[in-house]
Amino acid sequence: MVEKHYIHHTINKEEKVISIREVYKSFGELDVLKGVNLDVYKGENIVVLGRSGTGKSVLIKLLVGLLVQDKGTVNVLGQEVSKLKEKDLNALRLRIGFSFQNSALYDSMNIRQNLEFPLVMNRKHLTKKEVDMAVDEVLDAVGLKDKKEQLPSDLSGGQRKRIGIARTLILKPEIMLYDEPTSGLDPITSTEINELINEVQEQYNTSSIIITHDLTCAKATADRVAMLLDGTFASVGSFEEVFAIQEERIQSFYNYNFVK
Amino acid sequence: MFFTRSRPKRYVFSKGIDDMLIGVYNAYLFVGRFFRELFRSPLHIRVVIDQCFEVGLRSLTLITLTGFVTGVVFTKQSRPSLEVFGAASWLPSLISIALVRALGSLVTALICAGKVGSSIGAELGSMRVTEQIDAMEVSAVNPFKYLVVTRVLATTIAVPILSLYCTFVGLLGSYMNVHAHEDTSFISFFENGFSTLSFIDLFTAVFKSILFGFTIGIIGTYKGYNATQGTRGVGRAANQAVVLSMFLIFIEEIVVVQVSNWIKFF
Repeated sequence: MVEKHYIHHTINKEEKVISIREVYKSFGELDVLKGVNLDVYKGENIVVLGRSGTGKSVLIKLLVGLLVQDKGTVNVLGQEVSKLKEKDLNALRLRIGFSFQNSALYDSMNIRQNLEFPLVMNRKHLTKKEVDMAVDEVLDAVGLKDKKEQLPSDLSGGQRKRIGIARTLILKPEIMLYDEPTSGLDPITSTEINELINEVQEQYNTSSIIITHDLTCAKATADRVAMLLDGTFASVGSFEEVFAIQEERIQSFYNYNFVK
Repeated sequence: MFFTRSRPKRYVFSKGIDDMLIGVYNAYLFVGRFFRELFRSPLHIRVVIDQCFEVGLRSLTLITLTGFVTGVVFTKQSRPSLEVFGAASWLPSLISIALVRALGSLVTALICAGKVGSSIGAELGSMRVTEQIDAMEVSAVNPFKYLVVTRVLATTIAVPILSLYCTFVGLLGSYMNVHAHEDTSFISFFENGFSTLSFIDLFTAVFKSILFGFTIGIIGTYKGYNATQGTRGVGRAANQAVVLSMFLIFIEEIVVVQVSNWIKFF
């Protein structure tokens, strides 16, 4: 199994970039999050593990204001997300990169236009040359420089994930949120995406939350792992610490991922 | 901003009526938001122009064909009845009144509701279910402004232009039919036709087209923007956009005709 190689990045335990306190969220009759607490420190990759439908994606959508919690506080980069006005929320969103599960590339635009879009819309003072340079830089970072003029439909699943990550990197975010970065990918491509997540952390000095149920991804990218069970975090710690806990649901999660 | 019924203990009326009232309220909020966003910068003029071309090009062939056939057939069918009373010379006036007051804008609106409304509903619905709209939002781009306002503006601008074009093509078809039977010049046909039309007729026709264009845009975007349940939801959004647009267009037609008749009367 691929393990995380700690090379350059440092985690600043003094500085919290995300702080989630007693967060509750329901959809109709369904209670999804039931008193979630989590801190993410500067420079840290934290992996949120859990079965499908446990509210992992809901959790990161609260961080960018795509959803609003029913109760509790979500603090990102020192700001209470649910209390921000539209202008301030957009300013905060520019500091957060969100990589969607299915990449969410704009299918009517080619790759260059996809990458340019957030930059052109938000940094209007940039010249054409500066935009082109930024596009080349992020394409280089994800290793897909030759795909600039292709449409998203022409790319493989792994390439689309990379372009999705590149599109978030173009705004040089301080926080990266990855929603199921390796879902639907073969093991080799998954490994490449895991390496890319670590490279992004080192190169761009980002703090990240990685949502997944893939333990290989968790082991390869996590500084800490948070296990979401029944709407709360059952355990938070290093990969080894979390899976050393002799709790039936945690152990069965481990056993289903790694057939003994 | 949208209202949803959470944890229903019991319905106020019944599930169907409650859902319908919630739908009407949400549509009201959607239209309200459109007007609020319309007057906030940026307006994305370039996207509006691109969308106008899209709307125009998407419907031009069908509108040309339908407008022309309507003019020819309407003239051909009306001639025998008028000839009985020796009033065949009234044909240009009759056709002009019919095309300008009702058929031009109505035919155009129905074609656009089918072609453009469904296309907008499907496009935005697909963007919603594949999280492209969410991606826009987290990139600090206002998707409502970029996707909804631009498209509604485009249909509101393009449909009146297409209506005028359809009316002209219809009159051209009518002229060709008239010319085939009697030696009427192009200019005298149009002079004769327009002599019976008043300013209120032209104003009502343009106003109606603007209203139809707005309806097609707002319904298409509303259905697409709020699509749910994956690909099935996309199909439903496209379908509902067409059905609801056509239904509202007919209601608007009746209301505008009534109001214009009152204005003429006074």
